[in-house]
Amino acid sequence: MKRIWINEEYCIGCRLCEVHCIVAHSKSKKILKAFKDEAVRACAAVSVEEHGYISFALQCRHCKDAPCLAACMTGAMSRDPNTGAVLHDEEKCVGCWMCVMVCPFGVTKPDHGKHKIASKCDLCDGKPACVEHCPNEALVYEDRDETSGK
Amino acid sequence: MALNTQESEFQIIRDEDKCIACKVCVRQCANDAHVYDVDDERVHSQDVKCVNCHRCVSVCPTKALAIKKAPLEFRENTNWTSSAIKNIIKQADTGGVVLVGMGFDQSKAIYWDKILLNAAQVTNPSIDPLREPMELKTLIGKKPDRVKFERVDGKLHAKTKLSPQLELATPIMFSAMSYGSISLNAQKSLARAACEAGTYWNTGEGGLHKDLREYAHRAIVQVASGRFGVNAEYLNSAAAVEIKIGQGAKPGIGGHLPGEKVSREISRTRMIPEGTDAISPAPHHDIYSIEDLKQLIYGIKEATRYKKPVFVKIAAVHNVAPIASGIVRAGADAVVLDGLLGGTGAAPAAIRNNVGIPIELAVSAVDTRLREEGIRNQASIIAAGGFRSSGDITKAIALGADAVYIGTSALISLGCHVCQKCYTGKCNWGIATQDPYLTKRLNPDIGNRRAANLIRGWSMEIKEMLGGMGINAIDSLRGNREHLRGINMYEHELEILGIKAAGMAW
Amino acid sequence: MFRCQQKPGQFYEKDISGCAVAAIMDTSGKVFGGQAIIDSIETQHERSNGLGGGFAAYGIYPELADFYAFHIMFEDDQAAKDTEKYLYRDFVLERKEVIPHRHDAGIKKHPLLRRYFVLPRPIEEKTPDRVFENLSDDELVFRAVMHINKDVTGAYVFSCGKNMGVFKGVGYPEDIGRFYKLEEYQAYTWISHGRFPTNSAGWWGGAHPFSLLNWAVVHNGEISSYGKNKRYLENFDYQCTLFTDTEVIAYIFDLLVRRHGLSLEMAAKVVAAPFWDEIARMPQEQKELATLLRATYAGALLNGPFGVIIGFDGGMMGINDRIKLRPLVAAKKGDFVYMASEESAIRAISPQLDEVWSPKGGEPVLALLKNKTPAYASVR
Repeated sequence: MKRIWINEEYCIGCRLCEVHCIVAHSKSKKILKAFKDEAVRACAAVSVEEHGYISFALQCRHCKDAPCLAACMTGAMSRDPNTGAVLHDEEKCVGCWMCVMVCPFGVTKPDHGKHKIASKCDLCDGKPACVEHCPNEALVYEDRDETSGK
Repeated sequence: MALNTQESEFQIIRDEDKCIACKVCVRQCANDAHVYDVDDERVHSQDVKCVNCHRCVSVCPTKALAIKKAPLEFRENTNWTSSAIKNIIKQADTGGVVLVGMGFDQSKAIYWDKILLNAAQVTNPSIDPLREPMELKTLIGKKPDRVKFERVDGKLHAKTKLSPQLELATPIMFSAMSYGSISLNAQKSLARAACEAGTYWNTGEGGLHKDLREYAHRAIVQVASGRFGVNAEYLNSAAAVEIKIGQGAKPGIGGHLPGEKVSREISRTRMIPEGTDAISPAPHHDIYSIEDLKQLIYGIKEATRYKKPVFVKIAAVHNVAPIASGIVRAGADAVVLDGLLGGTGAAPAAIRNNVGIPIELAVSAVDTRLREEGIRNQASIIAAGGFRSSGDITKAIALGADAVYIGTSALISLGCHVCQKCYTGKCNWGIATQDPYLTKRLNPDIGNRRAANLIRGWSMEIKEMLGGMGINAIDSLRGNREHLRGINMYEHELEILGIKAAGMAW
Repeated sequence: MFRCQQKPGQFYEKDISGCAVAAIMDTSGKVFGGQAIIDSIETQHERSNGLGGGFAAYGIYPELADFYAFHIMFEDDQAAKDTEKYLYRDFVLERKEVIPHRHDAGIKKHPLLRRYFVLPRPIEEKTPDRVFENLSDDELVFRAVMHINKDVTGAYVFSCGKNMGVFKGVGYPEDIGRFYKLEEYQAYTWISHGRFPTNSAGWWGGAHPFSLLNWAVVHNGEISSYGKNKRYLENFDYQCTLFTDTEVIAYIFDLLVRRHGLSLEMAAKVVAAPFWDEIARMPQEQKELATLLRATYAGALLNGPFGVIIGFDGGMMGINDRIKLRPLVAAKKGDFVYMASEESAIRAISPQLDEVWSPKGGEPVLALLKNKTPAYASVR
């Protein structure tokens, strides 16, 4: 199954992945409207971690054995049969935040306002916006042997 | 503190309607020309810090940015130009030598623009490179005067042996740019592109980093006055060795690597203390005369068991023709001529702008002189110094060069926008810097692809021009000045170049 | 007034040569008259424009076979006098005569046409050219011809080989053939050419064949590498004074074969070198030799369209450029070998043929005397 992988050697910490994730999940899907006009701005599902000059973009790993999937009380977390992504249904979410607690990567974030989780990567239905817009090709969407430790 | 009279050179224009305050420009500008104000939640510009590298313009997701020349104008004055005035102000501030990056930017003597190429018509059909063979293959090295044969058991065998040659799929190679002046990722990009395109790259005088050893078989390693990284392994792993006597950007002085760019890795590769300026000696201190050069050439040949061609690189100066003749007679397999417009990471402005001659004149003079002395076949001529297009390259070959080196154009293919601030070590494109925040920005996968694209595109254009002249092998264009004409030139310029004026037939 | 020599410094135009070639050789060595070659070239009348035609014939002076036969054209008597003064200084004269010609062949004006059978003076006589250098006879003749053509006003040597001669001028080739009474000569090889120059006035010296020593070259084509070849040859003291491509072809063969000792076939592989793609597919030893030849003799590579026939002592060779941009047809009948720009020119004189073919670009057609191995057939 294809997943998003980061080559941290070439992540330049520009955070354009975050910007384009917001656009992809906005109402208008247009960058100016998404940032300037929409009352509620979507939250980016990808976030860049930095330490010194090292940086890399991190988003949901869509784990084979996803702890959030097991922990979800209401079934808001489900597996997409096509892409293999773990998807989040906002309608069903009750804001218990068990997924936030169990995620080993910390990629689910609580939304204190709405009492739901803020955002979760959905692999953009197979065409991830962060990968498409990474200016240095540091993010790639490909099938890798997960046991090889790459 | 006294008044600082240095003004902004450039003005950042931000379209507020388009700016979404994503702060990418803030993060990407190494010169801190963009600042985010948390109170008014807007990005502001500090024009005086802008160097016009276009990084922010390129990364801005809404294309909200533009850079313009600062509107501050000096009164029009043909003698006291704005750059003359500004340089004096800079020197008054610092008392130092004004450093510049890249090649001379105000030359009035660019002959490529005054030389025109030919095409065959009616009496001679032009050849279509997409449908017919069109050979750009070039051999660089010493060639024999004639081939002698002997009969062994009734069969003819050639007694003459060919000296070691570099085999190029196209007459374009990557010029010497040292690890130090450019980043490891930049060198990696060029090395990989050279392997892909069937040509060669040059390590420059900074030594060969261990990560690049896998590309050494297509590398020309340099032995410059600083002798950085020179040992037997360095020489033997390479395809050819180049003794750098001088370079076009700064004839008469050695390489310059400002301390800002001497990181730990550089310090290790060059074997110098971190943070110190690496200023190579002006001459090689063991080459004070032509016979000394001959000694070094043969010393290197002995060390490499005569298996590698040895080049000698000189800057194009007034006496370039007799110097080149001496170099050929001293045993060099190729003479590299670097002209007035050659680039560099750092050079004193006074030297870059005033010393040396254009490469067009140097190539013609050297090719003519070597032919007159009957030694033209003993060494190849490689031309360098400001080649901007395939047209320039084709003209250089017609004047007599065997191949050309490209430096600035190669860097532009990697992302450089010629802001000319390489010596600050803050190259926003990750090319002319050692800062790890910045070197990450040059992904060698992308760099490799782009540099190889450049070579491919130019090679195709050269083939079209060759075919247009009714030639299907670049051997027949080399030194064939009948296919060139000059326009807007004085008679003596036409004479030195050895070409006729446009409008004249055979 | 006709011109038979153009001087450098004049505003000249390079001759762009066309357009008809023909050759016949009896490889058994039996000689035959010139009518056949005239008929062959006349068949190709439309390929010329009447501004040049010429012939080369081998084996025509059997009793004087040891002497160099200088065919010289003069604009006037003074030119003849100046030339003879120089000639007699370095050469011993055996015979001198007007080259026979007829006046009703359609050729209106012509220069003075003389032939001189000479030998270089013996070395002991210490003539000026030999004082400082040990020159072979051939080299001496070469120098003399270069000197006369370049420095003596109004004189032009148009052949100087032994037991051979060139006959050329301004006019259709068949008219030139009749003008020189070629039907009265007997030769084993006849080569001919008709020209279509694109500059206005034809001049007698510009017609083909171009000859040097025993070489005679006829050429249909235009050499795009002319500028390169000319500069390469200047290294070896060949002065390109005639502003024609044909000149460089003759000099290149003289350099490669006579001076450097390459065989004719190898010389053909230099001027129409195999493509690098082909070389890459050759077996190792062949690949090394082909690479060595291309590297050394890049200056002798002929680029641009050409169909060339070269005559020499004991044979002739026909060759096309490597992508065959000009026609050349070859044929055999018994001991005879024919070559021409068009098959019709061969069929006109020999309707029945054993073999007829169109040689591939870059592949030479070599016709040699059966009983005598010519000097240049193989490497010495």
